[in-house]
Amino acid sequence: MTHAQMKPQGFIAWISRWLFTTNHKDIGTLYLTFSLTMFFVGGIMALIIRTKLAQPGETWIAPNTYNEVVTLHGLVMIFGAIMPAFVGLANWMLPLMLGASDMALPRLNNWSFWILPFAMSIMLGSLFLPGGGPNFGWTMYAPLSTTFAPPSTDFLIVAIHLLGISSIMGAINIIATVLNCRAPGMTVMKMPIFAWSWLVTAFLLIGAMPFLAGTVTMMLFDRNFGTSFFNAAGGGDPLLYQHAFWSFGHPEVYVMILPGFGIISEVIPAFSRKKLFGYNFMVYAISAIAFLSFVVWGHHMFTTGIALKAQLFFMYTTMLIAVPTGIKVFNWVATMFRGAMTFETPMLFALAFIFLFTIGGFSGLMLAIVPADIQYHHTYFVVAHFHYVLVAGALFSIMSGVYFWLPKWTGHYYNEKLGKLHFWISFISINATFFPMHFLGLGGMPRRIADYALPYAHVNFFCSIWAFIFGISQLLFVYNIYSSIRGGKKAPDRVWEGATGLEWTVPSPAPYHTFATPPKIA
Amino acid sequence: MEKDVRKTVAFLVIISFLVFSFCFSLVPIYNSICRTTGWTGKVNLTPAQQKGSLAPILNRSLTMQFVATNNQDLPWDFYPQKSSIEIHPEENNRMLFYVKNKTQKTMTVQAIPSITPWQAAKHLHKIECFCFTQQTLKAGESLAMPVVFRIDRDIPGDIKTITLAYTLFDVTQQEKRKAQ
Repeated sequence: MTHAQMKPQGFIAWISRWLFTTNHKDIGTLYLTFSLTMFFVGGIMALIIRTKLAQPGETWIAPNTYNEVVTLHGLVMIFGAIMPAFVGLANWMLPLMLGASDMALPRLNNWSFWILPFAMSIMLGSLFLPGGGPNFGWTMYAPLSTTFAPPSTDFLIVAIHLLGISSIMGAINIIATVLNCRAPGMTVMKMPIFAWSWLVTAFLLIGAMPFLAGTVTMMLFDRNFGTSFFNAAGGGDPLLYQHAFWSFGHPEVYVMILPGFGIISEVIPAFSRKKLFGYNFMVYAISAIAFLSFVVWGHHMFTTGIALKAQLFFMYTTMLIAVPTGIKVFNWVATMFRGAMTFETPMLFALAFIFLFTIGGFSGLMLAIVPADIQYHHTYFVVAHFHYVLVAGALFSIMSGVYFWLPKWTGHYYNEKLGKLHFWISFISINATFFPMHFLGLGGMPRRIADYALPYAHVNFFCSIWAFIFGISQLLFVYNIYSSIRGGKKAPDRVWEGATGLEWTVPSPAPYHTFATPPKIA
Repeated sequence: MEKDVRKTVAFLVIISFLVFSFCFSLVPIYNSICRTTGWTGKVNLTPAQQKGSLAPILNRSLTMQFVATNNQDLPWDFYPQKSSIEIHPEENNRMLFYVKNKTQKTMTVQAIPSITPWQAAKHLHKIECFCFTQQTLKAGESLAMPVVFRIDRDIPGDIKTITLAYTLFDVTQQEKRKAQ
């Protein structure tokens, strides 16, 4: 968007510019645009779910359609919205933060993005195939996804393979960039914390995504080639599916939150006008969380009848994650302590993140307790928990990051009043939507079912209304981004008074090529 | 720098492939953990030796319960001769399970055993079991299927009752596919 002077004109030229671009800023923009689109696709699915649940009983969509929408909502939001948004931010910001001229592998970068739209089209297309779309939940548990699944499941498997390849290539690129392309003098312990969080996340992706690929490959074999990986009749075990899936699934949870931690660790110091408190400990905490994420998968399986000793192991390791996470929360609070704080939109989102992510963390701790989990399992309490960490956590951190860096990308400040309005409506509606779900869950309302008992009707209606308010208010976000691209108050190089780092030494908007000669770090 | 990038990428690609293959090695690892520890109540599906070399311990008895379940509305009769018997450690016991194909077509089934409590799984030795093979029955045909087993003397003292449960799976389709 910044080098109009050097490109040929015309539609074909415009298409091929975006199709063949190897520039990290272009690819970052593509990732973020794609993610925003998918956020609305998944959001419309969420609103279909909430419309269905607004009242009990058989309504306008069939239960199987409901199941399909729930499945795709989860997959689209995880693989289409949250993950590409983080990768987009990494693409845009990592080279700028590290003083590199581009990502280490620009061509691969182009490829890992352009796989995404095709993979997502295949996934969404499966909804319209004969026999209906995948209807077994995003966790794709066997035998629901093998013996009893519609034929379109094979399309979903291909889509997941493609998404996995894209993520792995993206992760390789990020690790190669962070390890090899830093400006001279920038040692690893001098790296911006966002780069650290992405380095660790990329290793999580390398450790987890091939696992998912293997698992869905086994699924494919069971479905089409008569193997019995997950089929008890042939000597397999459906429980093995859950072990394999959650060995990927739990690191995946941290893939969706660690970059968010990185963003928050950039935003809080900038608006507190202080250095990040305990940088070293933040780095250790991220690494500790990443390590622990590989050994806690069993806490998703407490009710499957795994051995008591295994339950104890998973319970204690899960609770142990609260220690490094607590370190991070305390360090953010300590960063703000006695800081000269101002409350622009990115800061508001960051503060809300700390608040609401901590609530999500606490309900996570409750779920980690085996005897309690047996009660909470498969209820709306779980839905409330993971929406607090993924919407109020991951999504809010992305919004914080987008508002924070938007002036650097477009050269204009966004509309601060509109940004604040967007924040407050989002903050209130998100709590009003998801907080009551804790009580629905404690009251025993099961998740993933298209209908519910009468006593839950009022609360569900309330949640649905606020879900719509949250959904519609996101148009403010889109408008604000659009208007910042079109114009607005000019942003200086250092967009925020208290912001530090190499990305604030280049002009706003960031020129198409930056750091052709690496900067010197003292 | 170019060379460093290449090294990093090669390393990461190798790691990715290792993780991918590790996912498949999970199958044998999982099965061997289950079989050796018995955590999931899985029983060794290979026949044990014909006779225990040790004399039965007559002053200790255990209740052995038998459960037969059809997977997914399989239209067969499937039940044990008795729902429970008294047994002694190191004694060879025999139990019959009856099956009847109530459909109008030939079907193949496979029984999958499970032991509760799981601590007993590694002390149960099957000398003969219908679960070692598949059974093919014509329409309306019935069969009495034996299981001969022994509980060894190392069975923990706090276990008084053991449940041996069989689930009968319809594998007709899979067998047809294999035959083709």
